[in-house]
Parts: sequence; C-alpha cells; structure tokens
Amino acid sequence: MKNLFYVGLFSLATVFSSNANAQTAVERGEQVFDTWCTACHDDTRRTPGTAALAAKYQGALPALLEERTDLTPEIVALWVRNGISIMPFFRKTEISDAQLADLSAYLTRNNGN
Amino acid sequence: MAILPPGVDSRSFESALTEFRQAIGSEWVFSSDEDVALYRDAYSPMWNESTELVASAAVAPETTEEVQEIVRIANRYGIPLYPISTGKNLGYGGSAPSYSGSMVVDLKRMNKVIEVNDRRNFAIVEPGVSYFDLYRYIQEHDLKVWIDCPDPGWGSPVGNALDHGVGYTFGQYRDHFASNAGMEVVLPDGEVLRTGMGALPGGEWGEYKYGFGPSVDGLFAQANFGIVTKMAFRLMPEQEAHYTCTAIVPRKQDLIALVDHVNYLDDTGLIGMPGWRNRLSGFGPMDPELAALIENDASDAEFDAYAAKKGNGFWSVELQFYGPEVTVKANWEYAQQRISSIEGATFEDGPLYTFPMSDEDKANHHHRVGIGVPNMEIFSIGARSERNPSPQDGHLWFSAIIPRSGEAIFKAQEVIGKIWKEEGLPYNPFATPATWTPRCYIMITGLPISRTDNSINERSMRAYNRAVEECGANGMGEYRAPPAFADEIQNAYSFNDNIQRRYAEKLKDATDPNGIIAPGRGGIWPKNIRDREGRA
Repeated sequence: MKNLFYVGLFSLATVFSSNANAQTAVERGEQVFDTWCTACHDDTRRTPGTAALAAKYQGALPALLEERTDLTPEIVALWVRNGISIMPFFRKTEISDAQLADLSAYLTRNNGN
Repeated sequence: MAILPPGVDSRSFESALTEFRQAIGSEWVFSSDEDVALYRDAYSPMWNESTELVASAAVAPETTEEVQEIVRIANRYGIPLYPISTGKNLGYGGSAPSYSGSMVVDLKRMNKVIEVNDRRNFAIVEPGVSYFDLYRYIQEHDLKVWIDCPDPGWGSPVGNALDHGVGYTFGQYRDHFASNAGMEVVLPDGEVLRTGMGALPGGEWGEYKYGFGPSVDGLFAQANFGIVTKMAFRLMPEQEAHYTCTAIVPRKQDLIALVDHVNYLDDTGLIGMPGWRNRLSGFGPMDPELAALIENDASDAEFDAYAAKKGNGFWSVELQFYGPEVTVKANWEYAQQRISSIEGATFEDGPLYTFPMSDEDKANHHHRVGIGVPNMEIFSIGARSERNPSPQDGHLWFSAIIPRSGEAIFKAQEVIGKIWKEEGLPYNPFATPATWTPRCYIMITGLPISRTDNSINERSMRAYNRAVEECGANGMGEYRAPPAFADEIQNAYSFNDNIQRRYAEKLKDATDPNGIIAPGRGGIWPKNIRDREGRA
C-alpha cells in the first residue's frame, strides 16, 4: 500500500512553483490564466466567457481578455474576488494574492500599446 | 471578523484559530472577513439575507495527517467543520457550509494524483484534484484511459462522486459514486479508515470495492460521517470509436415505446447516456402557433398534427455508442431494427469519431464530455449570449428522480410544469429528462438566482419548496440539492416515520458525539443541534 501512494506522485503546486523565480510576473500570470481562465476565456466561441463578452461588447471591446488594453489591476481583482454575472469568485487556495498580482500583470501587459 | 461557530465564544474561537495555525501554518487559516467571504455560495438563494449560510473561518490542509489534527482540535472546541473538495458545486451549494458558523475545511491543496493505471483501468486521487487536473495528468503520461466527466470540468472527481454526481458514458462509469473503488476517510474522532482492499495491508485499491464485511462507503456521500481524503475510481479504457446517432418518432405517445427500447439498449450495455429531446421547439422565441396550442391545453392529436406539419418529429433520442468501429456500427443497426417497430420512426446517422484523436479534433468534437474531455461549455447555457442578453447571476438545480417510462415523464412534466406556470417561471411542457444516472431519469430544471433582486430568489425558493412537496406526493424525490432544501427533501423520504433519517441520526450520534462533521449535510443533524435548535 505504501508504494501505491508514491507511484506517480504528482503535485500541481510543484509544477506551478518550478522555475518561479526565473520567470517574470507576466510569464507567471500567463500560467495562472492558462490554469484558471482559458477554459472559459480562450479564443473559441465555444468558451462561455468569450461568448459572453462578445455579446456584451458587440465589438466595441475585444471579447478576448488577453487582447484587452484597458484593464487595471483593480478591475482584475474585482472580477476574481467578487465574480461577475454567473462567474463565481475564486478562493485564495485557487488563486493566491501573489498569483492574482501576476495575473493582473499579464492582463495589463498590453496597456498603452 | 466573520460570525462565530454557534455555542463557541470569541475567546475560545481565537484559541482554536491559534491551534489551527500551529497545526497547518498560519497562511492556511483564513479568518478575515475578506477571506471568509470567498467561501460564500456564489449562487446562494439567500444572498445577503440573514439566513444565508456562511462560514466562521476556513482551513486548508495539505495532508491527511493535517486533516486529522484539524478534526481533533475541532472536537476540543466544539467547532463544526464543513469539508469541500474544489468548492465548485454551483447550483447545489458551492463552497458554503450547510450550517452557518461552520469552519470550511478546504481540501483544494490536497491535489495529488496518486496513481492512474491503464492496464487495470483505475485512478486514485485526492479531493483537490479537478477533472482538468486528472485529464492533464493522463495526457502528459500518455495513458490509455478515459475519465467520465460531469459538465463543468473544474469540479473534483472526489467531491462530485460524494454528491452522487454524474457523467455521460456507460452506466458503470457515469454514476460516479458507483465507480468508487475504495476510499480513505478521516473519521469524526480523527482516526483514519480505509475501505475496500485498502483495509488490507498490502492490498491494492482501484478494483474490488467491498473488502470484507459491511461496506460503509455510502455513509460518506451526501452525509456527514467523515472527511474523505483519497478515493479510487474505475476508469474506462480508451475507446476505438464513438458513434452518435439519433432516432426520431412522430407522435407524442410514441415516447412510451421509445423509452422502453432505450432502456433495453442501456441496460444491455450497448449505449452510453441517451440524450432526449423534444423537437417541437428549439432555442429562441417560440412559434406563436405552438405557444397558442400550449396555452389552450391542446390535445395530443392537435400537437401530433402540429408536429406532422412541421415535419421535424415529436421526440428524439441521441444514442451514444462506444467500442470498436465494427461493433458501434452493428449496435446502431440493431437499435434501428428494434426502434423501427414504432410506426414512422426515422433515423439519422451521426458523426463517427475514432481514436486516438488529435487535440484539435477533440476540441471540435460536438460533445467533449462524451469522450472524457473536461471543459466548461455548459456555462454557455446561463452566461450572456446573443440568445440570452440579460443573464441571471446563477441558478439552483431542482433535480427529481423519476422512473424510466414515458408515462412517468408525462407525469413529471405535468406536476413541475403546473408549479412553474403558476409561479410565472419559464417552463417547457415537453421537458425531457437527463439520463446521467443509470437506471433512473432526472427531471432537472434550473431556477434563477440574483445577487441584487431578492424577489427573484424568493420566487425560486418558493417554486423549489412547492416542487419538493408536490413531486414527493407523486413519488418523485430529489437526488441532490442545495443545503437550503436538504431537510425538506430528507423528510420527504418518510417511509416508516422517517426511519431513514432516524437511523442516520443514531449512527451520527454514536460516531460523532460532538457533532463536528458537516451538521445538516444530507438533512442529518447531530444530537446537540437537534436538541438546541429543534432541527430535524
């Protein structure tokens, strides 16, 4: 039984933190986005977040969060910690404060461009 | 500071928090208002009301040993605990406790995939592992097994199974608790129990679930007899083909014969989850002619005539075939022969998918959870879209179990439809059941939730309560529910003066004398709260 628990041991946390120091906040934030956001906010119409933002903005703003140039850390934090529409808020065991800061760095990287 | 656990003063609670911090690290004890608010149920029907179910604090252990220590401390202070896995049971309670003032035990950090075996086809995981995580692990290790997913991929295989959650493939897999093959549980006194072959030193989990003697696994699902820290699941080997085909019948009463045929196919193991559909209306505004027929309670003959004029059939069932290509084609041939006994039945060959499949082709599969690929597409139903420009903030699921017969479907449509109509809720008089759980049908309906308009929530709760009562009077009981309705539903299962609940209470009082684990979960309350608050 003991072996059973060590065969194939896999920790997401381990993967998540590997090379963390060598990465920039934007790079780490992209990982957070890929882990927590892409399932609803990637670049296909079948993801409900992208479809919802396309319906909301009707082309006035990009439906893809990663293409926005107007986001602020405050608005990203508001969405993550308060939720919006049917998207619930995220706990700190899911997205920590440090990861939220990285996510904000990623989603605001295009500002001013 | 958030609320206190009932019966615990602030000084004792501060002492307990100090002990929790020493046990698992202060970083993983959440007690500020800001942090505890993240454990609210985002889809609570009591949002911002005094009755909203809220936590006093949360702790996030990383190991079974830490869970044991948390349970021991909670016993010393009389603090009720409420375990969550990934906390995504939205529509059924989310991450909030079933008793206000409970401390949430957030198991998200217990995120290890312990083993996936594609020779004997099973997986062993911790509660914080999501379907996405498990799928990613299987892909990265090139393992030839499929997982059976529920619709939202961010849920936990452990948490989903422990709420009797469901999926889409063959019956033995899509009933997720039935595919359990052994679990590890921290009991209310802090001891660790392993079930199945895990109880045998040197034994291996993942296949035989019973071990020897009484099987107690059922006590840990939709109940409050322990905190599950590991669980094994039987998995389906990667299939060679998935074939999705549709049978269509032209008249309302044809549903009765079609259900009987589909029962035979499902119970023989020839198909995965059958997908029922009424074909009189689709998405978008209803045809005024159909709306008038519904409003005037038209006869079956009148609806049949409408269906014939539209030429699209009355009912259809999408059949999912899995197996070798030659087998799935033969099974579809057999299904057509069988269903052809219904006069006017027609058939549509669907797409035939073969495996292994590229990631690009998986992304384009018309129903990815049907091939074990977790995703979040289901949220498109409630999210803003061109069809739904003003979405609600969430929903409650009302999910009644009904027998697998056309007659029972008609009865459920009548009972639930009448309530929804009277409450001014959108309703479909031809609603069809979900068939996730084998050997039963589920009449599932979403009720809207608002974070800003309590009248919407009040109406949804009123309709839900009426549905529990009136479905119960017609032999239909719920399989799963938000905590706000657990007592009423448990009490509806009232054979022999509610012996089911009373027996569970005896077990609860004997194994959890301090009432520490998830008071109220499944409608089961410990003696101290029954005595103090008259709960039952």
